Amino acid sequence: MIPELGQYALVLALCLAGAGAFAGLVGAQANNARWMRAARSLPMGQFVLTAIAFGVLMHAFVTDDFSVGYVARNSNSLLPWYYKVSAVWGAHEGSFLLWTLIMGAWMLAVSLRGHVLPPRFHARVLGVMSVLNLGFLAFLIFTSNPFDRLLPLAPLDGSDLNPLLQDFGLVLHPPLLYIGYVGFSVAFAFALAALLSGRLDSAWARWSRPWTNITWAFLTLGIALGSWWAYYELGWGGWWFWDPVENASFMPWLAGTALVHSLAVTEKRGTFRAWTLLLSVSVFSLSLLGAFIVRSGVLTSVHAFAVDPTRGMFILVFLTLVVGGSFALYAVRAQEMVSSVRYGWHSREMFLLVNNLLLVVALAVVLLGTLYPLAYEAVTGGDKISIGPPWFNTFFVPLMMALTVALGIGPLMGWKRTPLPELRRRLAVAAVASVLLSVAVALVVGSDLGAGAVLAVVLGLWVLATSLIDIRRRSARGLRRVPAAYWGMQLAHFGFAMALVGVALTHTLSVEKDLRLEPGEQTEQQGVTFLFKGVVDARGSNYVAQTGLFEITDGDQRLLLKPEKRRYLASNQVMTEAAIDAGLFRDLYVSLGEPLGEGAWAVRVYVKPFVRWIWYGCLLMALGGIMAVADARYRRLRVREASRLAAAGAAS
Amino acid sequence: MNRVGLYVPLALFAVILVIGYAGFQLADPHQLPSALIGKPFPEFTAERLDGGGKVVRADLIGEPLLINVWATWCPACKAEHDELMAIRQRSELNIVGVNYKDDPAKARRWLDEYGDPYEYNLLDPDGMLGVELGVYGAPETFLLNEQGIIVYKRIGEVTERIWRDEILPHLKRWEVAAQ
Repeated sequence: MIPELGQYALVLALCLAGAGAFAGLVGAQANNARWMRAARSLPMGQFVLTAIAFGVLMHAFVTDDFSVGYVARNSNSLLPWYYKVSAVWGAHEGSFLLWTLIMGAWMLAVSLRGHVLPPRFHARVLGVMSVLNLGFLAFLIFTSNPFDRLLPLAPLDGSDLNPLLQDFGLVLHPPLLYIGYVGFSVAFAFALAALLSGRLDSAWARWSRPWTNITWAFLTLGIALGSWWAYYELGWGGWWFWDPVENASFMPWLAGTALVHSLAVTEKRGTFRAWTLLLSVSVFSLSLLGAFIVRSGVLTSVHAFAVDPTRGMFILVFLTLVVGGSFALYAVRAQEMVSSVRYGWHSREMFLLVNNLLLVVALAVVLLGTLYPLAYEAVTGGDKISIGPPWFNTFFVPLMMALTVALGIGPLMGWKRTPLPELRRRLAVAAVASVLLSVAVALVVGSDLGAGAVLAVVLGLWVLATSLIDIRRRSARGLRRVPAAYWGMQLAHFGFAMALVGVALTHTLSVEKDLRLEPGEQTEQQGVTFLFKGVVDARGSNYVAQTGLFEITDGDQRLLLKPEKRRYLASNQVMTEAAIDAGLFRDLYVSLGEPLGEGAWAVRVYVKPFVRWIWYGCLLMALGGIMAVADARYRRLRVREASRLAAAGAAS
Repeated sequence: MNRVGLYVPLALFAVILVIGYAGFQLADPHQLPSALIGKPFPEFTAERLDGGGKVVRADLIGEPLLINVWATWCPACKAEHDELMAIRQRSELNIVGVNYKDDPAKARRWLDEYGDPYEYNLLDPDGMLGVELGVYGAPETFLLNEQGIIVYKRIGEVTERIWRDEILPHLKRWEVAAQ
């Protein structure tokens, strides 16, 4: 009986979403105060009902209700309780329920925090979001119902959660990623509300900016977590594979990064308005396109689930209506926008334009690389082609280097135009400092760094030097007067440089060896000794394992690494668990291959310098995004706009 | 931006949509039937991956078999692998792998790492057996009856749905234990 309650809750939520869409959009058009009030309160109902459905599904997992087909396919009575909870989003149906729950949460947040907005605008934003939620809920109920029962023949036990997903990183990865994907629907709704109302000044950009920054921060965390997981769980030590599913999350990130920057220009200077609107629509469209790619099965990928033609067709139609409709509205309405603000080449506007151009080219590279195989197959009638890392790397290395150079210069620029002599002096100091520091680093490290690694270090230090110069300039009147948003920007930029250095150094300096080791044998890599002591048996609650014992000696530091080969009991799947000694400057990575007889094993031994900088860098970027939102001016903005609206209300 | 330029995003989106739709049609499970259906599995000689000697066509006769063409370089094969493991568990149908245009060492490592659903594997390093079978790429799967006649061919991944709707009915008719 309980699972049916979840289903009823979803159907009711669908009805409320339909009502919210109507009340918000039609109510705002007709300027009907009662409908607009309804549009502002309906998100609460949508959220609560979706949360009930989510709670019901979680209950079914925790109580091992295998009469629910989704639970039977993705859980098992032996599964530890915390993985029973996370198994709720372990496959297609449940993860999409999580998606709608997060959509409901964002709508609730916009409805509660939106009192600074003019009522009509607010109603339109929530109306647009309700339309989206209507589509998501219909998709869930009609094509991907997680509450379908296997009655009367319920299985005695479930077939278990995919062992790859039985991991802490994968517990958090989907929620963070979805908060990012779905969160861009807020910027999308603001842009659409602006287009619908014809109110195309820069006010909407000011309102939309904190939402966009926080969403971007979550998406950054989600992607970083996925990359970290791939690194330690897939067993071959890679951290990014240019897999279509990864690309599906990377495209909204690239466009979102461009949006974060163009919103700044639109808010501060009132320029780039049409472009910012277009980006707002595009970022969320790319999130939806990603969902289509992952869930329709058009591109088979390592972690695509839910290959089902009806689902693909539903998303394709939804995509056509929502994205096609938005771009058409944009084409018609953006005609009225003319920017009159001028700026010179040595202005901050120009460098943010460069940033946007580079990011959009990078986006085009990823989009082409992801869709080209599909187009090729369609044109040739079935021939397959694969576009691998060489394509992406060829473009990304120069693009990201150019972006980093611009990233150093941009913040040093003033709006509109910067006095050239002063700028020249600042840049010269930064250039000299970064080159000298790089030489110092090369002398300390001493080894033969390749040209690529040296260039990356120079660029990283370039960002550091320009940041410090700018911070000194900005804090001339005391550090306390520097706003949080500024620190957020510097932190995010610094994180980007850190990730870039991490990528370059890992790529050029890693040592990766596949070896045959007998117990008692040892190998030395980069001054670190790996002694193989043998393999013992171990067992966990739902698997049995062979555990390799490796004694590591690194200078005077000694430690034991225990990589495992696990066989999961319910599904009989074999998984490799790498053992990693993580460090700020290098990771030691050992994983067990196959037994080779007479006690010998194939063993992978990696030394990966600076690999952790990639994820720490992403963490800093995300923190920067969050810090920017905590800026005091958004609190002041709320107070000011609320009092202005109150005054307007009293006057009318 | 001039007025025509504003329609560029819409046009780009339309192009992407057409590609998506075309790809979607290709992903459609209604594939062209293979010319080999109803014909005997072609004559061949191939080495076994595990070093168990040569295999010829006669070795495939006597019981129903699933012949699965796969390779370690093929992402769809990775996605399909779990289903093959499940088939292995749920049925008495034997699966013979054809390791297609691949490196045997990598194939062995793959089977070690992800589990081995196959009775044994045939080596087809240069894809010659694949040519005989009219293979487009990997994965492809053939269902053989006990006379070694090809009764069904799947181009692309074998999913749970394919197993249930396309393969299981044959097995039921032949009274091979499976679910």
